[in-house]
Amino acid sequence: MALSRDDVLKVSLLGRLSLTEAEQQRMTEQLGGIVDYVAQLSELDTKDVEPMAHAIEMTNVFRDDAVRESLPRQDALANAPHTDGEFYLVPAVLGE
Amino acid sequence: MPPYTTVIGLEAHVQLLTASKLFCGCATKFGAPPNTQTCPICIGMPGVLPVMNRKAFDLGLKAAVALNCKIAAFTKWDRKNYYYPDLPKGYQISQYDLPFSSEGFLEISDPKGRFETKRVGIIRVHLEEDAGKSMHDEQAGTADSKVDLNRAGVPLLEIVSKPDMRSPLEARAYLTELKLLLTYLGVSDCNMQEGSLRVDANINLHVPAPQEKGGKIATPIVEVKNMNSFRSVERALAHEAERQFEEFQRTGQRLGQVPKQTRGWDDTKDATYAQRHKEESSDYRYFPEPDLVPVAVTEAEVESVRRALRELPAQMRSRLAKTYGITAYDAEVIVNQAQPFVDFYVDLAARCGDGKLAANWVLQDVLKVLNERGIAIDKYPVSTERLAALLARVKSGDVDTGRGREVLQLMLDQGQSADEAIAQLGIAKVDAGELRKLCEELVAANPKLVADVKGGKLQAAGAFIGQAKRKNPNVDPNRVKEVCLELIQALP
Repeated sequence: MALSRDDVLKVSLLGRLSLTEAEQQRMTEQLGGIVDYVAQLSELDTKDVEPMAHAIEMTNVFRDDAVRESLPRQDALANAPHTDGEFYLVPAVLGE
Repeated sequence: MPPYTTVIGLEAHVQLLTASKLFCGCATKFGAPPNTQTCPICIGMPGVLPVMNRKAFDLGLKAAVALNCKIAAFTKWDRKNYYYPDLPKGYQISQYDLPFSSEGFLEISDPKGRFETKRVGIIRVHLEEDAGKSMHDEQAGTADSKVDLNRAGVPLLEIVSKPDMRSPLEARAYLTELKLLLTYLGVSDCNMQEGSLRVDANINLHVPAPQEKGGKIATPIVEVKNMNSFRSVERALAHEAERQFEEFQRTGQRLGQVPKQTRGWDDTKDATYAQRHKEESSDYRYFPEPDLVPVAVTEAEVESVRRALRELPAQMRSRLAKTYGITAYDAEVIVNQAQPFVDFYVDLAARCGDGKLAANWVLQDVLKVLNERGIAIDKYPVSTERLAALLARVKSGDVDTGRGREVLQLMLDQGQSADEAIAQLGIAKVDAGELRKLCEELVAANPKLVADVKGGKLQAAGAFIGQAKRKNPNVDPNRVKEVCLELIQALP
């Protein structure tokens, strides 16, 4: 089940990535390789296997509703390409 | 009546009343300075591990049980992938194919036939995290947008109704009842201004068409967003229904012939406007959230939630009506004010021993002051004890309703007790003989009025009240009118 270039274009659009021709070619090959690798699983007969919701058999892990200290704002913003010291700044988001 | 049926389903997002976020310990307090309530978990740093807030899940369970939902024995969370600046992880942790509850209903008072209940189906209720907030400064033109991630990761309950509502008014009634239920349960404060209740609506029309299969044509479904009050929900839906009918007449487009459209509501322009076409749900590429383990709920746990549920608004209305002998309408207005107001009323009714009298005063006089001053009942200046003392004097006939209002005004303005205010106003009960004597004088002094009343203009007798009040402000206006009419009728 090879990945098509259209699949790559669709995924890059959803991820808001703009790929050059060469990148599209490379991604189609590399992502296709990954998908094919995982696709080997479908060779197995899973007719009588119950679907798993999670890899480990554990349920109901909770924490109490307790407030903990948040990051100082300057630390939270430290990795952002653009800030005004209060907010993250991003290219204009207009409408919805 | 419009020549079509309006079909409405609502999707509500309510913020749960937890102190901390859904998957981390950051505070959820509204109004904090931007980006001061975040941590590596809620801003999507690599290598972090979200852990579910027990209280958020419990509040969700409580709401779902109160909404008569089936609770899933096993539930899990999924990643909903989309790319947006206010979504730091690039996905929202939500629930896709195994929500924790489904198939419930909410009963509302049908606004058409008042107090007949109508059942609105609930498709599902699920628990998810909120995104951050992006703001764009219009004046700055092309400048950057600002992103505040304080809200990112705050627990939300998504409540999806069936398309069971048939008018904008019904949609509003559903929201009113939903808000009431959730605030009574302490699940959410449902404050729309602060964004703790957000509503999207799906709406289309069924246009009668006898020649068609099913006898009708369905117009394309439109999702309406950006409605920031119950009033704007009602108005937006009314406008959208008209717009769709106009479009249908012009284009004849039916459900399925065009992609689902999203329209925003503009409160100032009184119109909806087109937004982006909705992405197909497969575009969200949901997959199970590997960082969270599933949650299993036993029947015994659901049963104990059900047993611990407090009295719900609908039950409270019928109890008040029955216990205090008040009308269904009065009970609805009292209960719809929220719990502290109900407590005030119940306390007052118990103290003065007359539920109807208490309801009249609470709904007219107390509510008026609350509305005028924009305050809640806990800030009402007169205690139930003092108000009950006044009502006792009204009930005994010492003070008539009109003068009672003057007394209450004085109590409100100067903080006096009922007795002090009554004394200050010089109110003394006028005995029957005194009242009769006064009326006889008035009848003798007003031959023209007497002639008018005799001639059939009964409302002319009202003029006696003003005159009587000037002579003695303590007279009961209704009694004055009655006695004067009696005297006049007895004249030859």
